[in-house]
Amino acid sequence: MPALILIGIFLAGPILWSFYGSFTNAALTGANAKNPEWIGFENYVNLFTDPLFPQSLLLTVIFVLVSAVIGQNFLGLGLALLMRRAHRVVAAVVGVCVVAAWVLPEIVAAFVAYAFFFRDGTLNQLTGLVGLPGVDWLFEHPMLAIILANIWRGTAFSMMVYQAALGDVPREVTEAAEIDGAGSAQSLVFVTLPMIRRSIATNLMLITLQTLAVFTLIYVMTAGGPTNRSTTLPIMAYEEAFRYSDIGYGTAIAVVLLIIGAAFSLAYIRLLRERKP
Amino acid sequence: MRGASRIVPAAAVAALLALSGCSAGTESSEDTTLRIIYQKAGDASPLDTLMQTTKEQFEAANQGVTVELEPVEGTDEDYNTRLALSQRSPDTAPDVFYEDTFRLRSDVDAGYLLKLDEHLAGWDEWENFNAAAKEAGKADDGGTYAVPLGTDTRVIWYNKQVLQDAGIEVPWQPESWDDILEMARTVKEAKPDSVPFSMYAGTGTGEGTVMQSFYELLYGTESGGLYNESEQKWIAGSEGFVDSLAFLKTLYDEELAVTPAEALDPNVWQTVIGTLLPGNKMGGTVEGSYAPSFWQEGGQFEWAEYGEVMGVSPFPTQNGQEPGAVSMSGGWTLAVGAGTGNPDLAFEFLTTAMNQENLLQYTIDNSQIAVRTDIAEDPAYLEANPFVEDVSAVVDVTHYRPATSDYAEISTAVQEATEAVITGGASPEEAAATYDEALVSIVGEENVLEE
Repeated sequence: MPALILIGIFLAGPILWSFYGSFTNAALTGANAKNPEWIGFENYVNLFTDPLFPQSLLLTVIFVLVSAVIGQNFLGLGLALLMRRAHRVVAAVVGVCVVAAWVLPEIVAAFVAYAFFFRDGTLNQLTGLVGLPGVDWLFEHPMLAIILANIWRGTAFSMMVYQAALGDVPREVTEAAEIDGAGSAQSLVFVTLPMIRRSIATNLMLITLQTLAVFTLIYVMTAGGPTNRSTTLPIMAYEEAFRYSDIGYGTAIAVVLLIIGAAFSLAYIRLLRERKP
Repeated sequence: MRGASRIVPAAAVAALLALSGCSAGTESSEDTTLRIIYQKAGDASPLDTLMQTTKEQFEAANQGVTVELEPVEGTDEDYNTRLALSQRSPDTAPDVFYEDTFRLRSDVDAGYLLKLDEHLAGWDEWENFNAAAKEAGKADDGGTYAVPLGTDTRVIWYNKQVLQDAGIEVPWQPESWDDILEMARTVKEAKPDSVPFSMYAGTGTGEGTVMQSFYELLYGTESGGLYNESEQKWIAGSEGFVDSLAFLKTLYDEELAVTPAEALDPNVWQTVIGTLLPGNKMGGTVEGSYAPSFWQEGGQFEWAEYGEVMGVSPFPTQNGQEPGAVSMSGGWTLAVGAGTGNPDLAFEFLTTAMNQENLLQYTIDNSQIAVRTDIAEDPAYLEANPFVEDVSAVVDVTHYRPATSDYAEISTAVQEATEAVITGGASPEEAAATYDEALVSIVGEENVLEE
């Protein structure tokens, strides 16, 4: 009961308010700030005809798929596998380096990434040393820069989840597979991965939801620019709600974001169920 | 029974929440604390100094009253958002606050500001404010809702040293856009590694892009500005809009300005004012009359020789047509919150900040253009920096932004048009067409005038 009430207040409350707000013309300033009116689906109609919306949606999906589902997930799994075999000292050093990016507060990590990709930043200074011409990453390849930054920042989480999961796989099972003549690749695909399937699905769900909501990292690095080329849905929602003072429209975008998150979650939950013996 | 024992803590939590809500409500109506929200830009902030001084004087004069200063560090946009968010709830709304003139009308519509007419009638110093300044505090209903702290203008700031090195005679006074390009090309030839003439563009510099660059161009064309005051409609399909974009494109394409990537950096103004101009690496740029506040003693980029090295010229109209020059003005005010529990005290705080002595110091520190006649005549003001006279003269040809509640979004559409043009994403005609479409979707077809 108490849990339900707390969830009701702190989780369902804001979600319900978002739903409600997205059907009004609530604003930060102007006459609509005083007396917001119910305007039905107008915000959604405007959103679906906004030329920025399909682009933002696509960028959001690319950002989630490339940086979380592919980048963080596979890199995390790879690191976890390698660290089982690595020397203890190597594993400790690598572990600390990877986790360092994760324990930094988001705003600090964002500034570190900005300083790395910035025009006169670390990356260009390094490539300059070997004589390569500098590339203005944040200006010419904003999506690539924020994707790499998010992989850097988030991989530690996947790595730790997989380290824990792999630790639970009994030695006897993999040993038995090897005795039966399975190579290490085969034993990974047919034995280890199926056994940690639940961890994979849980991890995917968590990093997907986390990445969908990434705001600070992008806002600090590119602020959605140049010319909206890195404006994902959270950035778009912020701009509409707080820069243009159109709270109603901003919450409509937030609701769409919520639905996308729910869709991903459902897909992962099905993945978890279907293969149950 | 286990179920019951779980309900108890939940009820306690709910009660606690309800209690904390109540107590916050009663507190704010009974205490004599004034909350002041204002913007603090950097460590050396003239406004912060003004507020600190006023707090001291006000608390000394009103025993038992505490003034709580709440400076907000950030850009103008961040500040406006933060202010609007605190105004949404009576529990967090400030008693007195710093308000941008262009947000004033829409914030009055939102019911955030207290009408000050009655209070002003009893304030004998109000007659010292000049008429144009008083106008800036008025809303659509004719009532006055804010008292202006100062105003500003925009002019061309040029580096005499760089121009002379390129063989250009100073004082330099362009009479058309072509004169500017001619100067820039000459400087480019003589000093290829310098930035000959830069103007802001793109969304990175926000309002700076329109106030200190695009509007100087647009308002100096035959088509005029963004908004037709007599018809009360927004202007689309303007030839001047395309010409203005084309001018920016020329500056950036011929590498007369900073690189497009630099232009999109929100901090580019610091590079311009702090590095390029003092380093004799830039011919000229369009900046606010407040530029000396950064260079003078105690400023963010102290530069002892700025008075001798820098020169000022009004920004010319497109082909030198009447009135010959163009400028933009904005300005900030102090206002009283509509929900304040102590309107009289709040207004008294405002007038303390606005008295001759305090406002004079602020006007000088912040290189503002005076709004009180007794400050405009004060020798300390006239001698504050070598450019006071030049930047005050363009008040005659200055324009104000159309401050409707849609303005912020329209301004961003303009900034996006400039960004598309300088990054090569669109031609001036295409970018202008995109702007026209955006305009219609923001204000509706019925509020747009096709030229």
